[in-house]
Amino acid sequence: MINKLAYIKETASQTAGPYVHIGLIPHQAGFDIFATNFGNAIAGPKTEGQRITIEGRVFDGTGTPVRDVLIETWQANAAGRYNHPADTRNKPLDPDFRGWARTGSDFETGIYTIDTIKPGIVPGRHGRPMAPHINFWIVARGINVGLNTRMYFADEREANAADPVLNLIELDVRRKTLLAEPVRRDGKIVYRFDIRLQGENETVFFDV
Amino acid sequence: MQAKVEFFQRDRSIHPPLHAPGYKTSVTRSPRQALLSLQNSLSEVTGPVFGHNDLGPLDNDLIRNYAKTGDPIGERIIVHGRVLDESGRPIPNTLVEFWQVNAGGRYRHKKDTYLAPIDPNFGGCGRTLSDADGRYFFRTVKPGPYPWRNYVNSWRPAHIHFSIFGSGFVQRLITQMYFEGDPLIKTCPIVNAIPDPDAIDRLIAPLDLNASVPLDTLAYRFDIVLRGQRSTMFENRLEGN
Repeated sequence: MINKLAYIKETASQTAGPYVHIGLIPHQAGFDIFATNFGNAIAGPKTEGQRITIEGRVFDGTGTPVRDVLIETWQANAAGRYNHPADTRNKPLDPDFRGWARTGSDFETGIYTIDTIKPGIVPGRHGRPMAPHINFWIVARGINVGLNTRMYFADEREANAADPVLNLIELDVRRKTLLAEPVRRDGKIVYRFDIRLQGENETVFFDV
Repeated sequence: MQAKVEFFQRDRSIHPPLHAPGYKTSVTRSPRQALLSLQNSLSEVTGPVFGHNDLGPLDNDLIRNYAKTGDPIGERIIVHGRVLDESGRPIPNTLVEFWQVNAGGRYRHKKDTYLAPIDPNFGGCGRTLSDADGRYFFRTVKPGPYPWRNYVNSWRPAHIHFSIFGSGFVQRLITQMYFEGDPLIKTCPIVNAIPDPDAIDRLIAPLDLNASVPLDTLAYRFDIVLRGQRSTMFENRLEGN
């Protein structure tokens, strides 16, 4: 018999279920238990960078907003550095920015909101710059394995055109599903990013 | 020491497919297009880092973290185990979160209307960081089974939901832990969405009498494995120069 490789298998994923909020955002499920809560407003008063709001809804295959979805985002700071030991580049860390947000969609409207800053450019593989983007992870009842996607900024036309990940998407019509359009509202810059789980204009999801 | 960089490709054959018709809600919530395979960049190998400042002292004790007038009703249990990667290496200092119903099968959630009562002394959620050897533990009461609308007579086996981070955002995992001997496991459409029987078995925590507290609390053991990370043997830098 040949030698066996000593790897062990990843634990299987299971759906987050309809009540994911009690575990991960209990304040949104209607009760208060932790002294510190993880939330969706991640730019502090001292955080460097341009303030932005991301807002949108997640739609199922019937076109109905998913009202029990949990979204997490992960992004670089304004200088384009990730607050993580694997990012060893000589770029400034921002002590007031972890770069990670978590929120649920509203139980009535399905709208989610994240208040953050616009990330800088991060190098991709082989040093090719990636356009500013925010990594998304989406879980909910009915989603068996968390879905990964990215939000890009529609007004970064030049950087987007050269982005190595957007350019992996062969069909232009699908590439557009990752572009968030800015609107100005009450003096704030709001990027609208809707996610479609299935059907027409289905969002591009990544197997990362 | 060699730098660890990219993660092993996810083996999707041990995960439930996104479209699993026996679990009906997945039908309209699963993509129809193929996922686009993406090699790791800095955006994938990095992820949020948590510390003890993020947590409170009772966060890993569900028997006490919402107690108002006394202890919650139910079997007192400890759940413990290790967070490892696919190479068997411990994953230290990683955030592990958990949530569950009370002993009667009811979530403290404004959308849960099951007729079992809310327990005034039980919140049903907690969190902890793995230690330097990847070990974690928490104390709680054993969750009850409850009915749900999939088939008319569908019941969830007793389970605890887990959320785990790892070091890179692509290791992010949500799963559910089941209990040894529960006859409802084999009838559950959510469990049975997993195509690999061994992968199902690994979600079932055995009773661990050696870790129990005599005359006080039983213990169950649940090890969690996140994706492995390869070492740089030849130049394959993600970020170039």
